[in-house]
Amino acid sequence: MSNAPLLEVKNLKKYFNTPRGLLHAVDDVTFTLERGKTLGVVGESGCGKSTTGRSILRLLEPTGGEVLFEGQDITKLSKEEMRAKRKDMQIIFQDPYSSINPRKTVGQIIADPLEINNIITDKTQKEKRVRELMEIVGLADRLYGTYPHELDGGRRQRIGIARALALEPKFIVCDEPVSALDVSIQAQILNLLNQLQKDMGLTYMFITHDLSVVNHFSDDIAVMYLGRLIEKAPAEELFANPTHPYTQALLSAIPIPQLHNRRERILLKGEITSPINPPKACRFAQRCPYATDRCRSEEPGLKEIKPGHFVACFLTDN
Amino acid sequence: MSKENTKKSQSQFMDTFKRLCRNKSAVLGLIIVVMLALIAILSPVIYDYDTQIIKTNYSEALQAPSGAHWFGTDEMGRDIFNRVMYGSTTSLSIGLITVIVALCGGLVLGAAAGYYGGKVDMIIMRIMDIFLAVPGTLLAICIVASLGNSIMNLVIAQAVSSIPTFSRVVRGAVITARDAEYVEAARAIGAKDARIIFKDVLPNSLAPIIVQTTLQVASVILSIAGLSFIGLGIPAPRPEWGAMLSASRAYIRDYSYMCLFPGLAIMTTILSLNLLGDGLRDALDPRLR
Amino acid sequence: MSANTTNAVDIKNLSVEFRTDSGIVKALNNLDLSIAHGRTLGLVGETGAGKTTTGLSLLRLIPSPPGVITSGEIFLDGKDVLTMSEKEMQSLRGKYVAMIFQDPMTSLDPVMTVEDQIAEVIALHEEGTHQDAINHAREMLELVGIPGARGNEYPHQFSGGMKQRVVIAMALACNPKLLIADEPTTALDVTIQAQVLEMMKGLREKYDTSMLMITHDLGIVAEICDEVSIIYAGHVIEHGNLVDVFENTKHPYTEGLFNSLPNIEDRQAELKPIKGLMPDPTNLPEGCAFCDRCDYAKDICFKQKPARTWRNETHYVECHLYNEKNIGEKVIGR
Repeated sequence: MSNAPLLEVKNLKKYFNTPRGLLHAVDDVTFTLERGKTLGVVGESGCGKSTTGRSILRLLEPTGGEVLFEGQDITKLSKEEMRAKRKDMQIIFQDPYSSINPRKTVGQIIADPLEINNIITDKTQKEKRVRELMEIVGLADRLYGTYPHELDGGRRQRIGIARALALEPKFIVCDEPVSALDVSIQAQILNLLNQLQKDMGLTYMFITHDLSVVNHFSDDIAVMYLGRLIEKAPAEELFANPTHPYTQALLSAIPIPQLHNRRERILLKGEITSPINPPKACRFAQRCPYATDRCRSEEPGLKEIKPGHFVACFLTDN
Repeated sequence: MSKENTKKSQSQFMDTFKRLCRNKSAVLGLIIVVMLALIAILSPVIYDYDTQIIKTNYSEALQAPSGAHWFGTDEMGRDIFNRVMYGSTTSLSIGLITVIVALCGGLVLGAAAGYYGGKVDMIIMRIMDIFLAVPGTLLAICIVASLGNSIMNLVIAQAVSSIPTFSRVVRGAVITARDAEYVEAARAIGAKDARIIFKDVLPNSLAPIIVQTTLQVASVILSIAGLSFIGLGIPAPRPEWGAMLSASRAYIRDYSYMCLFPGLAIMTTILSLNLLGDGLRDALDPRLR
Repeated sequence: MSANTTNAVDIKNLSVEFRTDSGIVKALNNLDLSIAHGRTLGLVGETGAGKTTTGLSLLRLIPSPPGVITSGEIFLDGKDVLTMSEKEMQSLRGKYVAMIFQDPMTSLDPVMTVEDQIAEVIALHEEGTHQDAINHAREMLELVGIPGARGNEYPHQFSGGMKQRVVIAMALACNPKLLIADEPTTALDVTIQAQVLEMMKGLREKYDTSMLMITHDLGIVAEICDEVSIIYAGHVIEHGNLVDVFENTKHPYTEGLFNSLPNIEDRQAELKPIKGLMPDPTNLPEGCAFCDRCDYAKDICFKQKPARTWRNETHYVECHLYNEKNIGEKVIGR
């Protein structure tokens, strides 16, 4: 295959019309994602990380920008062409309770993508494939005919993963796949996703608010704040040298289950500003301890400060 | 605390049925409805329409209830018990057919309005609003008056005036189900709209629709009785409770039993359907689980 | 441990069942728990372990039916909660003990201004005019870092973090001696969580409040608690101060919890999840509740409930791996 990155997102924008004005959910987000790698996208609620994932899959129509998948701009595809493209691009949802239809059995849910895309029409073949997928994600064979309400969150999430895998995609958006689960189950699912990536050469966009999870899981990490991508770097680099003041505060705020080596905590003041009709300024300026007049009147762009390490902050100018 | 993982394996239907059984009045409603349905189905088999239902026998006219005629006889000497029994066939079958027709219409319109939203929703629902602005009975009277007095026209009239109610209920239910994540999941695996509506959205919006259907059967039966009472319903001599009630009006002082039994029949039917409907509403409400 | 204690909280041998159609859910099984005055205890466990039930039992707020307390005693400040009249209990709630629920969105009344809501709590327990109560309410808001002038706004005008602070202000309004916080920051973002935790620490020191911190997050425990009880299937299986539990972890389940967490310092470290699932609370195993998931399980674990073994005066564990002799040694290691 070509050496081009699997996914290139250029100036992606998604605005929503609200009664109070235009909500800039995703604003000018640009990044690339190499085949077989994992990009972790972190940020707090309302920062646009899930909207970014959904816009890339065109589950939400982007307001502007390009999404190049294997070099092809998928934002220009027709509805029918996009439907075909979805075989390559899948999503795993956050809430294992609401993301699967309670009226279908486990077998039906996993067979759905095969049926819809006419991949396997033969009934016995289809059942065989579904059982195979169930085994891959670690669901006991006897669960084939059960309904999801009889299962716990971890097992339901495995159903969601099997459904996404059924189409043998190249790229999967994992939208907070473990945040609704208990820690012991969370680790099971993370290990499963890791294993699947190794076995199938999957590329992940891993959306989460949990920095310790993203650190464990990602090659690169992108930090979002109010619709903007403010810092992107290889995981180790980001944790070693967080440069944007928000990233620093975010990292320091993680509660660590250790008694020693505790980090100095940077406490932010104030609340997140509204993403509706945001002013032309750094969106973090209101909470930033280092904000200058320039930060309040100009928007910083993304700059590469080290190979692979991008930051959007005026502080890096000095 | 999660009681989720303690739930024994059982289908959703059995689950609902069990909860329905805990509600005494709903069980009573269910039993009566089942009995009525049996009577309605069996009456045409048991009775000979020509000799036992519509045949006049003036020598036995206006007899009070007795061993031979449990509910007495009417002014033409017909056995009221037989006619009340047979009337259930008329009322229930027309009620059911009407509601099925209305439900189909309501499902299509409501699902389209709810799923697509925006302009489609606007147009469909404004038209429905116009229908809702005209009282249902009045609308039915107009339709029957202009098309003529037949069972077919009665069904049309009732169905048309029931469609808006169904559309609204379906639309509401669909809007709730539409935003669920599994609908988004279905789109992510490439499902088309029709499949999503029929396989994902509607099955999860059934609860309010089932309840509305039950209640609507009652209201249709009631308005057919009403229309028959004013002479726009089922054409004579086919027994129908409303028409029987209307005919007995003239004799209410001296032979009050004549109006008592058809009236009781209407009341029992409506009451039991409503009890069942309310019970279903509670049993299907996920918040009460 | 002694009966005539004056701890802020003493729960002894508490068992709670929920009698549902699908069986008897044994939510708490002989749970023991105590909090000394001015101390903070972290109650850590997974969904369904009985954390919230424990919190609700303290306030005697278990929904009944289906909830039934089948055995045990609960003492708040030495007073027996289970024998109290409903009236006594009501005066205790809010005044002596207050609870913060997980979801700030649902614990505030959307059609009342926040100061009215706080003032309502104050008026229930303290003398004074309505204006006094409102003034006090505004002071409370200031205390949690919300300008008092915003008191006449409605809950929807506040962000999630601010709503949770309003809930905390309401809980603290009558200066309770004991605060039960049920996952108070789970619904919040990390940076906001850091703010709220910092604020709670400050208030706790200022008022010398005892606290029961119900959480699933060992990071938060390390942050704010003095002691920690690990709860599994409605029973405390390990208890100690932070050093005991974090650095001398004894129970295989506690160890499993630590191993399931991604290590932020070492990103290559492999996650070692606990295998299997929580046991069905309608059908708990005869022996140790954790036996099916335990890597160290022996025959006896399946047959007999383990007894309590004390490692030192503060630290105990309930596991068949340990006895008086070997408890000092490190038997399982992280």
